[in-house]
Parts: sequence; structure tokens; C-alpha cells
Amino acid sequence: MTRPKPKATTGVPTGRNNPSEISRDHLADLYGRLLTIRRAEERLQKLFADGEVPGFIHLSIGQEAVSVGVMDALRDADTIASTHRGHGHAIAKGMALEGFFAELLARDEGVCRGRGGSMHVADMKIGMLGANGIVGAGLSIALGSALAHKTRGTNDIAVAFFGDGAQAEGLLHECLNIAALWKLPLLFVCENNGWGEFLPTTKHLAFQLGDLAAAYRVPHTRVDGNDVVAVQAAAHRIVEAMREGAGPMALECVTTRVRGHFEGDAQKYRDPDELAALAALDPVRRVADQLAALGLGAAALEAIDAGVAQKVEAAVAHARTGTDPSFEAACADVYAEGGRA
Amino acid sequence: MAELRYQKAIGRALEDAMTADPTVILFGEDVAEAGGSFGATKGLREKFGAARVFDTPISEAALAGAAVGAAVSGLKPVLEIMFMDFTTLVMDALVNQAAKARFMFGGRCAVPLVLRTPHGGGLGAGPQHSQCLEAWFAHVPGLKVVCPSDPVSAYGLLRAAIDDPNPVIFVENKSLYASKIDAPDELPAFEVGKARIARPGADVTIVTYGGALRTALAAADALAGEGVEAEIVDLLSLQPWDEATVLASLSRTHRLVVMHEAVEAFGVGAEIAARMADIGFDELDGPIVRVGAPFMPIPFSKPLERAYMPSVENLVAAVRRTLA
Ligand SMILES: Cc1ncc(C[n+]2csc(CCOP(=O)(O)OP(=O)(O)O)c2C)c(N)n1
Ligand SMILES: [Mg+2]
Repeated sequence: MTRPKPKATTGVPTGRNNPSEISRDHLADLYGRLLTIRRAEERLQKLFADGEVPGFIHLSIGQEAVSVGVMDALRDADTIASTHRGHGHAIAKGMALEGFFAELLARDEGVCRGRGGSMHVADMKIGMLGANGIVGAGLSIALGSALAHKTRGTNDIAVAFFGDGAQAEGLLHECLNIAALWKLPLLFVCENNGWGEFLPTTKHLAFQLGDLAAAYRVPHTRVDGNDVVAVQAAAHRIVEAMREGAGPMALECVTTRVRGHFEGDAQKYRDPDELAALAALDPVRRVADQLAALGLGAAALEAIDAGVAQKVEAAVAHARTGTDPSFEAACADVYAEGGRA
Repeated sequence: MAELRYQKAIGRALEDAMTADPTVILFGEDVAEAGGSFGATKGLREKFGAARVFDTPISEAALAGAAVGAAVSGLKPVLEIMFMDFTTLVMDALVNQAAKARFMFGGRCAVPLVLRTPHGGGLGAGPQHSQCLEAWFAHVPGLKVVCPSDPVSAYGLLRAAIDDPNPVIFVENKSLYASKIDAPDELPAFEVGKARIARPGADVTIVTYGGALRTALAAADALAGEGVEAEIVDLLSLQPWDEATVLASLSRTHRLVVMHEAVEAFGVGAEIAARMADIGFDELDGPIVRVGAPFMPIPFSKPLERAYMPSVENLVAAVRRTLA
């Protein structure tokens, strides 16, 4: 007997668009940023298939609007802790494509000098505290960063990105409790893509994030995570309140994982109907359509895409000509030198 | 000179570090209002205020992760974990996050955090409140581990640990909290990674650390009565450990015993013995002997616990074995 394949049933995005609250220029800017992540990851997909990217990679294709929408409300001094699926977070937070691709191709010129790879891209200078190979770990790192912001008296905020699957980790409870208790400027962003590896959320969780957050009196907002306008609108509203001292908030973005859990995962466990429905929910295509409706011509859209593609290609070329990391330099960085931090 | 208690030395190191550096913060379960489970942090909340010294919920995993997040965001957190046994709950933050961040992010950040935690038996605290787990941390590249043996080294090493740009596990032996010593008013600086000769002697080297130093000193007295002069190396720092000082002592005495309160199997002593059997091979005139706790959980009953703890007699017997 063949079992019916499970579907992601945590609430599929509606596909409705609401570009009215945002200027065309702003939307065009968001479009460029969405496309940057999309084209970068499509390029990675190819590089990985060609054997140029060692290890394994988790792509965020289909989830770009979460990264771009949330980061639209942040500034450099705000900090984010990311996940194993962190390319979009890193690029949206401002990571240069050169350093990003060089890292993925394991070059010394990479943001982590070829020591971290896909699951560890980080750049403290732009407040990107790292992708993370440990599910849920970013929650407590962001908690500590929020604590630092508050202790130092800034009105910067910290953001913890986590997947729906990560909600089953005990750290979520600990961090919600502490953030609420201490009124920390910590934004919990759940990227609910309906899947944790090969198991749908319904088989991971007995609760909804909204109910859990309510238990800690942490305000919870649920948005269509494939609608960048909705995500950025919610993020701006939430972040503004947090800068005024509102304490922690939760933003749940319902989104879609288009590729497999990792590259090479053929997703045989997913319902064909669910996969077929993904194209209509594409967060990048939706913005292109919105822009077209607002009068931006095909040529202008094409130009944005061409500009992005050119930047991606240049970064890939730069990475390819990079150097192999030095083992001696790596050994020297196990510990920081000196008696003082 | 004035009398200095171990527990007070810890408090004074924290106070001086917090005065010297406004980015140092202190948090943990009952460290603020109650002044710490062993009283080491008394008065700090009053002096530095609730923004820098605060009590926490019982959430070790999140607190350790938060220490990492705070450390990469401009603070120098000092986290107290009430008993070393509870560090089982902070392993991800320490092993996967704190220890690796600098390396894994290309040498472009530092994680200046200190985790203070008490270890050791002798208090009848039973299997889950007595363990010496320092070897776990010493096994992880990126972490440092120190274990002072008296009030003066506790002060100096805690200052050094807080100044260190790396994550440091600062291990406090419970049996030492009430110990006192005549100390100079101006306390000396200590360096992470440096051992000291706690007692000179020509016949055998005993390497030890923390609370076990007192056992070693007592054994050395007993051995002196038999005409055997033991040299005692007090490691103070376990990761990195002072290979040069141990090797130099071995080169003088040609016999080596390594002793600690932690379980002997796969312990700190195993590492030191293996290393000295290699680089000190030509110096050795007898087997390297280890003395540590037996391979069993720490029992609760006093007589059982006494039988469990490495003793003066165990150490004397070990020295006789390598001299035989
Ligand atoms: C602590 C831990 N457990 C398990 C894994 C293996 N793992 C990696 S990603 C993943 C699924 C995570 O699901 P979710 O949080 O929904 O994120 P998504 O992959 O959907 O982005 C698992 C189980 C891990 N990396 N870390
Ligand atoms: Mg998921």
C-alpha cells in the first residue's frame, strides 16, 4: 500500500498582492534585492551540480521575501542570527557577493576564509552573526545580542531566524521566556516553509507559534511570507515599536521551500500537487507582476535582472580566481591572540 | 599582607574586572540578589547595578548561547553555572558556537566570555552535583580551561580569563571556597597557560591542579618522611597546559605521577602522560603513573565518597610504584 504523500498544511500563502502601501521605487528596490538572492542561489545550484561547491547546501529559493522584507526594516547595527538555510539572510543583510561566493567555493577570499562554507557565512561588521549548522542555536545567540544592545543602551535590535522545524527545540521556550521577562529587543522570525527536512510540520509540532508566543505575552504576527510587501510592512511596524522599547515580538512568515532540503534531494516525498502549486506562489515573480501593473515596462524589469546577473557572474568569476586557504593561517585562528579582547 | 579567602578572591577579581572594564557583565542563577550559591558574587549587584549583574531563569542552554551572542556584540559576559554537572546543558553553545566562532568565521571575531563553574566532591552532594568534567572542555579546540588552586591564583586567573579574548571555562573546586591564605595587598597577575612549581623536589614530579593540590602537598610531606622529595607542578591552566614546565621538572626528577580528582580514564592525566611519554621519553626512569577517581559515578554516602576520592595514600602508592 502506498501512503499518500504529506502536504505542507500549515497555511499556504494566498497569492494575493497588496502593493498599494509602498512606492514604486521602493518596490523596485525590493525586487532587485529579491532577484539578487534568487540569481545567486540559482547560480549556486548550477555550481553545486558541477561540483564546484564542496559539502552540501540548503537553498532558500521561494523564501527570499522573508529575508528581504525583514531586512528592509533593519540597519547595519542591528544583528541577526541565521540558520542552515542562511544565504538569503546574509545577502539581504548586506554581505558582498564576492565574499559570499568565494566562501561557498572555499576560497581564502571568502567571508570566513574558506573555513565555514554555506552553513557558516557570517560578517560581524554588518551584524550578520552567522548562519548555523545547529538547528535552533541562533535563537540564543540573538538573545545574547539583544541583551548586549539593551545593556549598551542603543536602540538596535536583534533578529533570530528559525524554521518551523526548529520550533521543537527547547531553546525556543527558554529564549521566549527570557526575552519576555527582560523585555529584550529580540524579534523572533519563523520561516514556516511547512517542512523540516523530509517531514511536514504537522508531524513535528503539536502547537502553533501564535499560541506559544501568547503564553509568554510576546505579540505574534503571521504574514504571507511570499509577499515581500506584507513582510516588510509588518517588519517596519514591529521594528519601529521594538526600537521604542516594546520588547520582543514574533513574526511568522508562511513561505515555500521550492528546492529539496538540500541540493540533491529529489523531494520524492512531496505531493506533486504541492510542488506544482509553487510557481504561482513565487515571491519574485509576484513583485515583477506588481511592478508591471504599476507601469514599469518589461525593458526596465529586464534591466534590473541583467544588472543582478552581471553582479553575480562577476562575483563567481572573482571566487573562481581566488586562492586556496592556508592551513597555517587556519591553525593560527583557533584562538585569538593576546591577553585582551 | 592580609588574609584572603578563595570565595572572596573570586568576588574581588570580578569587582576589579568590572571596575576596569564597563563591558564586563555578570549573570547566572542566583548570582545577584543572593550573591551566588557559594557566596562568591556577594555585593556586586549593589555596586554595579542590575544592568550589569543579574539573576536569570533556570535556562542554562539559552544563557550560554546568550553569552556567545553578547560576546560577539561588544560585551564581556561572565556566566556562572551553579554546578559543573549542569554544563551538560550548555554544550552546544560552548562546543559548537563559542569554541568555533573565531575559527569558523575566518578569524574575524572573538568570543571573550568566561563561564565560571564549581566542580568536585567531598560535600556529600551526590552523583549529579560533584563531577569534575573539565577534560570534556579541554578536548575542544577553541576553548580554554583554567583551574586555580588557592585564593591568589583564583584572583589572578579570573582576571586573566576575563581579559582573554577567547572563551574560558573557569573551574572552581568547591573544597577550596572556604580556604584562606595570607596574600599581599597587591595581588599578582597570572597568565593562562602557565604552571607553577608549588613545591620543589628532586626525586619525583607530581603534576596536579585545583583542589587536588592540597592532597599532593600532604602526600609530599608524607613522602619527605621516607626520604623522597617530590616536586609538585600546579598546572593552573589545563587548556593550554604548560608542557615546558612539566617537561623541565621531569628532566630534573626523571619520574612522573599525574594526579587529579576527576575520573582517571580518558582524563587530563591521560593527555599529560601520553605527551610526556613521547617528548619526555629519554628522561623517564620509571613508568608514568596516573592517580584519579575510579570509573564510577560519585556516591553520596560519606564512607563511599571517601573511598572514591583520590587520597594521599593513593598518591604515595603511585609515587612508590614509579620509584620502584
Ligand atoms: C540540532 C540539530 N538537529 C538536527 C539537525 C539536522 N537538520 C538540519 S536542517 C533540519 C530541518 C530543519 O527544519 P526547519 O527548522 O523547518 O528549517 P528548514 O530546513 O525548513 O529551513 C534538520 C533536522 C541539525 N542540523 N541540528
Ligand atoms: Mg522548515
